[in-house]
Amino acid sequence: MSAPAIVQIEGVTKRFAGVVAVDDVSLEIRPNEFFALLGPSGCGKTTLLRILAGFERASAGRVLIDDEDMARVPPNRRPVNMVFQSYAVFPHMSVAENVAYGLRVTGAPRPEIGPRVKDALAMVRLSGLEERAPDQLSGGQRQRVALARALIKRPKVLLLDEPLSALDRKLREEMQLELVRLQQEVGITFVIVTHDQEEALSMADRIGVMDQGRLLQVAAPQELYETPSCRMVADFIGKMNLFAGRVIDARADVLRIESELGELRFERAGLGAQESGSAEIGVAVRPEKIRLSYAPPSDGLIGVQGRVAQLAYLGDASLVYVDTSAGRRITCRLPNQHRGAGMPAAVGEICWVAWEPADCLLLTE
Amino acid sequence: MARERAGPLEYSRKVWVRAWLVATFVFLYAPIVILIAFSFNDSRRNIVWRGFTLEYYDKAWQNASLIEAFANSIVIALLATAISTVIGALLALALWRFRFPGKPAVEGAMALPIVIPEICMGVALLAFFVRTGWPTALPWPLNLGPIVIGHVAFCFPFVAIVVRARMAGFDRALEEASKDLGAGEWQTFRRITLPYMKPGLIAGALLAMTLSLDDFIITFFTSGPETLTFPVKVYSMVRFGATPEVNAASTALIVVTIVLTVIAMRLQRPTQTAEAGA
Repeated sequence: MSAPAIVQIEGVTKRFAGVVAVDDVSLEIRPNEFFALLGPSGCGKTTLLRILAGFERASAGRVLIDDEDMARVPPNRRPVNMVFQSYAVFPHMSVAENVAYGLRVTGAPRPEIGPRVKDALAMVRLSGLEERAPDQLSGGQRQRVALARALIKRPKVLLLDEPLSALDRKLREEMQLELVRLQQEVGITFVIVTHDQEEALSMADRIGVMDQGRLLQVAAPQELYETPSCRMVADFIGKMNLFAGRVIDARADVLRIESELGELRFERAGLGAQESGSAEIGVAVRPEKIRLSYAPPSDGLIGVQGRVAQLAYLGDASLVYVDTSAGRRITCRLPNQHRGAGMPAAVGEICWVAWEPADCLLLTE
Repeated sequence: MARERAGPLEYSRKVWVRAWLVATFVFLYAPIVILIAFSFNDSRRNIVWRGFTLEYYDKAWQNASLIEAFANSIVIALLATAISTVIGALLALALWRFRFPGKPAVEGAMALPIVIPEICMGVALLAFFVRTGWPTALPWPLNLGPIVIGHVAFCFPFVAIVVRARMAGFDRALEEASKDLGAGEWQTFRRITLPYMKPGLIAGALLAMTLSLDDFIITFFTSGPETLTFPVKVYSMVRFGATPEVNAASTALIVVTIVLTVIAMRLQRPTQTAEAGA
């Protein structure tokens, strides 16, 4: 067995007046892990975080933190601390008073408080701003205060509720790196809630994707992106071309699928074990795995003829939208590798889009 | 060179706006200025100016029953303010924090003492004290009990409304953050919620204080035969002709009110103390 989990969530369900916010979620979070709960707004991720912090009580199931059942432990006695979405920096206290608050209220010895506040502020790079009032700070600085205030308590788990959503793009990227650095420095388990997939992919060691209260998949970022377990995850993480299909012939070595793109043939070897009779199946391919050409693709590739319907220039890449004769739109993302190369296609051109069968995903759910 | 036209916010440059402003101030403060000026008037009839004197301050000071009424008013105001601030703040907190059946009814009932005509409330309180056989011949300061109760009854809704308005802007995450950091309910209230409430509490208390200090009608109905408050006493003095003594006593009351207000305003500035510690 691997290292024991620091947080164990077992069958947790939360209902608010009949509405299920969290639906039978079981999850283990490992020590020193940077874990992200990812999902669209209203998917229950914040509720789950608040259950961990103790602000909500689970309707069913239980939560163990460091092997201790949290059912009867109030928020102020849990070995976790939280960074709130609004930061919740106390407006009537200076930066130093804010950071010292958690030590003061729990009666830490006075001589200890000063140095620890200093260390905590140095850790989040706010040294020198001790006496500032919160309304004299920028959004990014206020967030650092909230971070220092939580970290000074040396929690076993740090919970972060959409910590970067209020920052502008540039600052957000900076704070992403900063949070990862901090997490490695302090060696505390971070659980972050976010609706921003880029944020989750770039920061987290593992990601749990939630939708409508259910936990759909828990995996490392790369695994999540390359082998999503279901259509919802495939669609939510990154961009995905999804086609409806039906298995018409499932042999030991070959799988034949009737799809919106016509009949497709897959070698079993490259697919893993996906046993399905004549079930509905989704065929999915990422836009960046698709190639564009003006001649029919070579054998072994999956290719479809179409017409360029629209172009979008993104700077580092261009999106080409191709309409197939069956009326399906396929998105391909082509990198802009050379200066002065111009757009990769022109609207109205007849072309072929093609990809390796191995880059295809077959989704049963 | 032609003068630039005044923008919509440069009100001080528009003559008629300035005139309006001056007229407003005259309307508001001229009576008070005259009251204060004539408290120094050396004339019993106090109709025309006859010269400066402090005689009537001395006279007012020597008037034992006026001083007693003044002291009564201050004691009543302090007690009524303290009690109605606590009750009003608790009510505001309950309405702000909890959802419970009948909450709209409670909110409506809370505002009732504000809308009910004061004369009705005075009669109601009188009827209440007579009906319950409230003892009348009590020694000072217990004889002020009915007046204090009457004042609390119409003051605390004002406090509740002011405090409630203040709490509407409170981010609940602050309380949660406090608990998250290890503070209990009480510590959270004392260190986080209360400091945020403070300006509302002070404003509410000031409002209650001024309401109580100059209340005439309810006091008139609830005071026993022996207990006079300042407004009631002044009323009875004016009936025998307004001497500068009344002006002097009123001026003293104005000074007391202003001093209290200034102190309260000072207390309302918490950030300055934080900076002073730097």
